[in-house]
Amino acid sequence: MSNLQWPELIIFTILFALVTVLGFMASRWQRGSTLDHLDEWGLGGRKFGSWITWFLLGGDLYTAYTFVAVPALVFSAGALGLYALPYTIVVYPIVLLPALRMWSVSRVRGYVTPADFVRGRFGSPILALLVAITGIVATMPYIALQLVGLEAVLRTMGINGSGIVGHLPLLVAFVILAFYTYQSGLRAPALIAFVKDILIYIVILVAIIYLPSKLGGWSHIFDAAATKLSAKSPATGKPAGSILLTANNQLQYATLALGSALALFLYPHSLTSVLASRGRNVIKRNMVALPAYSLVLGLLALLGYVAITAGVKPLTNAATGKADGNTIVPVLFDSQFSSWFAGIAFAAIGIGALVPAAIMSIAAANLWTRNIYKEYIRKNATPAEEAKQAKLASLVVKLGAVAVIILIDPQFSIDLQLIGGVLILQTLPAVALALYTRWFHRWGLIAGWIVGIGWGLIMLYGIPNPANGKQHFGGSALSLGNLSLLGWHPFAGSAVQIYVGFVALIGNLVIAAIVTVIARQMKVFNGTDDTEPEDYHTDEHDKNLRPIGVH
Amino acid sequence: MSTVKHDGKVRGFQFSPWNLLLIVPLLVLVTPLFNMDGPRLFGMPFFYWFQFLMVGVGVLSTWIVYLMTREKPTVDAPDKLSVEDLDEGDAR
Repeated sequence: MSNLQWPELIIFTILFALVTVLGFMASRWQRGSTLDHLDEWGLGGRKFGSWITWFLLGGDLYTAYTFVAVPALVFSAGALGLYALPYTIVVYPIVLLPALRMWSVSRVRGYVTPADFVRGRFGSPILALLVAITGIVATMPYIALQLVGLEAVLRTMGINGSGIVGHLPLLVAFVILAFYTYQSGLRAPALIAFVKDILIYIVILVAIIYLPSKLGGWSHIFDAAATKLSAKSPATGKPAGSILLTANNQLQYATLALGSALALFLYPHSLTSVLASRGRNVIKRNMVALPAYSLVLGLLALLGYVAITAGVKPLTNAATGKADGNTIVPVLFDSQFSSWFAGIAFAAIGIGALVPAAIMSIAAANLWTRNIYKEYIRKNATPAEEAKQAKLASLVVKLGAVAVIILIDPQFSIDLQLIGGVLILQTLPAVALALYTRWFHRWGLIAGWIVGIGWGLIMLYGIPNPANGKQHFGGSALSLGNLSLLGWHPFAGSAVQIYVGFVALIGNLVIAAIVTVIARQMKVFNGTDDTEPEDYHTDEHDKNLRPIGVH
Repeated sequence: MSTVKHDGKVRGFQFSPWNLLLIVPLLVLVTPLFNMDGPRLFGMPFFYWFQFLMVGVGVLSTWIVYLMTREKPTVDAPDKLSVEDLDEGDAR
């Protein structure tokens, strides 16, 4: 606990206290008739307008971990780390139309989770359960990663203790978060997101103007980074990376960007923010305005190169004894900014961890309540009982995430997050495609899910990482030469890499289609569709809309 | 299969040709287009500033689609693509 950075710590603590007060006050903000209903607690009353939705979605999609990990990837691998930019460019045009349909059908039928929709569309509790479990499993490590981001900041400020003491501040922060989320539901992160984003924008604008001028301009920064990245790594004998893509990782870059974009709105928490909005035009306006964050993210990614030029060395994590690459950006701020401004920057990242963690835990709690508790444990739960159950579940989810960080190596939660992205992508046919067509048979979708998840996991397991000596789960880039179809290697010898999630999704779709054709031939019952074609087009001002938050 | 709602409005699958503009930003996935160092802008290699430029292209495309479709939240024409017919006429 030596060399504590007091000015930074004080500013960090003050801003943290401010958002805590906001979090508790949020329960009274834009309140509905009751908080004892999932429409109110879990979706903020389904009435957020363009601005709130913008901050909420932005707070949700651009997390503390993104802000810390993307520059860290650029720092260590170069151009490949910039995939986050095309990913956020293509995501909004791709999801605009499906998100509108999802909003409408959910508004009419009272759906709160993607699994609710699948349940209604196919009349299949099993398929809905698979979607719900995938959502929860993929979200949990995502929450844990917010803690990784928060911890990177805390460690840079000198709170770098070993063992349980080193985790204590993290625990305190999360207990606070857990309680105001419990009390205020989705309104808490919505309100706090304002503070977070204003801080983030200030910090990034300053960083991106001030740092390059201090370090000799962009031209010098890119040249210095190119020199450093092309040096051969002692572990692998190859260059660590380059400032342009190589012949072998171009396909990986494109498929990773596309796969991540497709996965993004399948994550239950991003859907939560979409469903919380007031109407279709709110969502459309947001898909236009959200790329403002893409610019921020792209500029942040470049801080990885700035850090190389500034000669930043990652801190050693006292709890694991290993260098923590995620401390790159905090250390850069710490070394280049005056301490009060570094304090603001750290608060921005720290608060940036709370907003998505709150939304994610609410989304996971909604999934648990609607698709497991109500479906299998207490079929006739009242809306008030549902809300109670979801509040409790949100506590459990957050404690689980803290336990993951404290008990196991944070690196493990990064691996889990990598796996989570591949898993959530496998719900695309059942959730996103089902918004457009019921051509796929429910048993086809179940079979596709099993194959996609299984194959995805097998491929991830087989990827080593020579740079840190790991044998398995070393990354998401599969060499086409290692692609195996039941022992047959169609691209033997090729070193071109591709994103595992993308390959697994193709397998998923092929199997889903084959089983669908077979099931149709055998005239297997395909469940009852609760939704009507016109459900997909309702808007906020339509007559006969379902009332919100009514018991 | 009926698309007539009780209030007398007919709503089916709606498709606006403007939606095709949403394909334009996908160009950023074609890496050979921009995976090069020059020409540099403000010292930034082409690879980087091209992708920043594409953020603007993405915004523009999505914005045009929003402007052109916001006034017609629902259409009163029959279902043009008739995707629902693929459902084998499930009992409704």
